[in-house]
Amino acid sequence: MFVINCPHCGERDQSEFSCGGEAHIVRPKQPTELSDDEWAEYLFMRKNTKGVQFERWNHAHGCRKWFNMVRDTSNDKIHAVYKMGEKPPVI
Amino acid sequence: MTKYRINKTRFVDQTKTVSFTFDGKKYHGFEGDTLASALLSNGIHLIGRSFKYHRPRGIMSCGSEEPNAICQINDNTDLTEPNVRATEIELYEGLKASSQNCWPSLNFDIGGINNLISPFIPAGFYYKTFMWPKSFWKKIYEPLIRLSAGLGKSPTQPDPDIYDHKHEHCDVLVIGGGISGIISAKIAAKNNLKTILIEDKNILGGSTIYQNNKNFIIDNQKSNEWLMNEISELEKLDNLIIKTRTSLAAFHSYNYLLAKENISDHLPLDKKNGSIRQRLWKIRADKVIVAAGAIERPLIFNNNDRPGIILANSVKKYLDFYGVSTGLNNIIFTNNDSAYETAVSLFEKGISVKIVDIRKKSSSNIVKNAEDLGIKIYWNSTVVNTFGYKKIKSIEIMNLSEDGSNVTGNKHKIQCDCLSISGGWTPMVHMHTQSGGKLDFREIDQVFVPTEKSENHINVGSCNGDFELEEIVKNTNYKVKKFLNINEGGFDKISVLCSKESEKKNIWLLPNSISESKTKSFIDFQNDSTAKDIKLALREGFKSIEHVKRYTTTGMATDQGKLSNMHALGIIADTAGVKMGTLGTTTFRPPFTPLTFGAIVGRSVGKFFDIVRKTSIHEWHVQNNAKFENVGQWKRPWYYPINNENLHEAVQRESKAARDSAGILDASTLGKIDIQGSDASEFLNRVYTNAWSKLGIGKCRYGLMLNEDGMVYDDGVTTRLGENHYLMTTTTGGAANVLSKLEDYLQTEWPELDVYLTSVTDHYTTASICGPNSKKILNKLFPNKDFSDEAFPHMSYQDAIIDKIECRIMRISFTGELSYEINVESKYGKSLWENCIAAGEEYKITPYGTETMHLLRAEKGFIIVGQDTDGTMTPIDLQMDWIVSKKKYDFIGKRSLYRSDTMREDRKQLVGLLTDDPNEILEEGAQIVSELDKKPVEMIGHVTSSYFSPNLNKSIALAVVKGGKKMNGQKLFVPMENKNIKVTVSDFIFFDKENKRINA
Ligand SMILES: [Zn+2]
Repeated sequence: MFVINCPHCGERDQSEFSCGGEAHIVRPKQPTELSDDEWAEYLFMRKNTKGVQFERWNHAHGCRKWFNMVRDTSNDKIHAVYKMGEKPPVI
Repeated sequence: MTKYRINKTRFVDQTKTVSFTFDGKKYHGFEGDTLASALLSNGIHLIGRSFKYHRPRGIMSCGSEEPNAICQINDNTDLTEPNVRATEIELYEGLKASSQNCWPSLNFDIGGINNLISPFIPAGFYYKTFMWPKSFWKKIYEPLIRLSAGLGKSPTQPDPDIYDHKHEHCDVLVIGGGISGIISAKIAAKNNLKTILIEDKNILGGSTIYQNNKNFIIDNQKSNEWLMNEISELEKLDNLIIKTRTSLAAFHSYNYLLAKENISDHLPLDKKNGSIRQRLWKIRADKVIVAAGAIERPLIFNNNDRPGIILANSVKKYLDFYGVSTGLNNIIFTNNDSAYETAVSLFEKGISVKIVDIRKKSSSNIVKNAEDLGIKIYWNSTVVNTFGYKKIKSIEIMNLSEDGSNVTGNKHKIQCDCLSISGGWTPMVHMHTQSGGKLDFREIDQVFVPTEKSENHINVGSCNGDFELEEIVKNTNYKVKKFLNINEGGFDKISVLCSKESEKKNIWLLPNSISESKTKSFIDFQNDSTAKDIKLALREGFKSIEHVKRYTTTGMATDQGKLSNMHALGIIADTAGVKMGTLGTTTFRPPFTPLTFGAIVGRSVGKFFDIVRKTSIHEWHVQNNAKFENVGQWKRPWYYPINNENLHEAVQRESKAARDSAGILDASTLGKIDIQGSDASEFLNRVYTNAWSKLGIGKCRYGLMLNEDGMVYDDGVTTRLGENHYLMTTTTGGAANVLSKLEDYLQTEWPELDVYLTSVTDHYTTASICGPNSKKILNKLFPNKDFSDEAFPHMSYQDAIIDKIECRIMRISFTGELSYEINVESKYGKSLWENCIAAGEEYKITPYGTETMHLLRAEKGFIIVGQDTDGTMTPIDLQMDWIVSKKKYDFIGKRSLYRSDTMREDRKQLVGLLTDDPNEILEEGAQIVSELDKKPVEMIGHVTSSYFSPNLNKSIALAVVKGGKKMNGQKLFVPMENKNIKVTVSDFIFFDKENKRINA
């Protein structure tokens, strides 16, 4: 059970948050111009890294804001938390 | 005092007698006893039968590691609990305990026959034997296994006890109240850190608290006396919470820990009443100090499981803590010095004791102490057999060969009534590994010890592999000060004298003169796995410790292998010829000791189990005899039976009334999202499949929402209240998910849009009136309003006032009838409803529930998301092409509608089904086939909605069928258990295809 430092609210228990999977997958601006393979790449393919992973999290039972988090999936160490739209840190 | 209560101690109050029963017979113990110590004081060792072979088993330990002495408590009452360890339960007046896993009785057990046929029940027996034939399972194998297997009986009544949860935060949590825990807690608390100390026993002090041996001296006092002073000092500290009877259940990451406190388990029955039984503590600690101690290991030799064979340190605790002697003619069998403390303690109380030691010698103080007292020691010897069925009577020993791999010389028989065994110590590293910590293997004494990596927790004392008193005290002091960044004070100047072990020897499986196949050397006592089973598993090709464990069931019983795991590993390593450190260990999973379900759920039982959402009209529904159905957390009226109507009869009546005159539905549970902002229209364009920019103010439109994969996600009507203001409705069950999905897109993909979303589901109550007379009823309710089709057309909205209360009226329809939805603030909901009922009285307005709503919409072929769709249906599959905009450049899910898979023509598609027999009603979920003879039978679809339509006087159904779009008129079959129902594919709009009634 992590303690997550919501960039808007501060430290809260993990039970207040939900994870939205891999971060920085941008929805294509012109989907109609993509091939089936390119669209499938956006829609289905995720890295599922063992190790440092950039993730989207939502403070679902708090401020309801989405933000990004850098977490090591092998030991659950949280390296960084940053707001949507901010540049991902170099880890 | 009984024959075996030979000693007075300060821990058991022998002036306070406590009576209890075991297997129906009454016994006495004292306040401070556990069930185990009380039974032993009455000379009772035999507690139960083993799981597989039904061998007699007795008390083997004095703590949570106990594999054998598990009981059913208070059988045949609502308080009953199975699998309670007699070594952990504190004795109270009126306690009723009984043995488990023996039928018909403890002393005569029919399952004991398994013991005689045991050569035929090797490892994996169940896997190998009960595989086939399949038909034997239900009638032969399962009843047989169920009769003789199983541990205890589950309660059949609801648990009457109260359980509690509590959150706690602290600077330092110390787990374990033995000497190292006490030192740690004192250092932390004295340095202004908010500290919690938890201990699973009823008093602090661990095994030092009864260590009165003269070889263990701290600051010139016997170690138990020194510790007792320390504890009384500790209890005076302000910022320290001491929780006894509290055991750690789980150590999660980020120092989040669960601990279970027993509050009233030890109280007499009459005092338990109304008290909280157990409390689950949810602790978030800045720093954690684990001082969990160590568990004594058994030794693995032939017939090592008889009642009367007990771990040596437990024998010492029964003697020095409880004042109970486990036997009057003792033998101690050991590979280390610690068991000598037990020998000295027995001898000093005048009890006969001899020692068998596998080592050739030991020159430590404690061994010298035993020799000086004249205790007989058989060096370089091992036990090769034991005798006595329900209680040990004698043992046979032999000399060990030079390398310890074999036995030599003659067998020597010794009489005894108790055999204490000690195979050394295993640090309790469970907590450390649960938190994610790693382990190192220490060759010299064959133990896994924690690898210290974490900045947030440390291990001290014997759970860290420090076994000698001096090490424990000095290392704990040093480590804790460093961990907590404390420079001054502590226990730097303490002097400790103790016996130090010089000789170490360990043999995981002791050798025997007879062939291994004829021995029974138990490793896991509770699950009855032997050394032989482990070796068989290895011969059969199992290599991974995790596989061997599951195949032989070693370590998988309720004790989680606290006594067995190390020996299983050792024997695997020896047999496979590999180093033990390379094998790794099995995973230690929480909880460390079993948790009751009550402690897990706490107060969340009965009506507190889940939130119940009720509309403001709920009381009216109850008074009018509504039957309710759960939709998400909502209670929705399902139907309103009159007199003795059943569901079908009520729904037929309600459905007819809604189409013939007027019906009224509580539609308040539909999700409602208020959408505002200058980009609200553009936002709706992006989330719905159809176009929204041109929707006029005051108009309503139906919308379909997809997932990005093109599958239908939700639907509902959205109304444009103003230039930049919309009210979206969603399905009842989907409301929360739709809101969070929309928020996700707004915040992460389209942050440039000026849009604000607010959930207003609970803010409004909605009464939906439909039927040919609905307009007349609305006229009565709102006499000043013009409800003509010109002034108030279908799919539009207007504000209105009723009883000075503002409301919104939407003219929209989910039934196909002329229909109005009136929305008011929820606090006025019930009065609005009652006004509607009063105004509709002359038209016999009929309240209807969800079942009638479903029927009416099915007559019109309107889908219900989640019933006619299942996350694999596109709008094209649903034949709703009309709602998918071709002009819009993009919307959520659009691109996926052009994937090769979603464009397949043989996808399941929505169709109507008519049964050849119009009175035959199909079952929802029933499979559909086109050819009955084809093998294997090919399922081409399934029924999604099915009703008897009173308005058409025939059965109708919606279904999804592969390639169904092109099958209109085709005959298909719905095979049921006893018959094949013939059906014809039809249009899915069954009623009023021309949509005339909506403007009737
Ligand atoms: Zn937040």
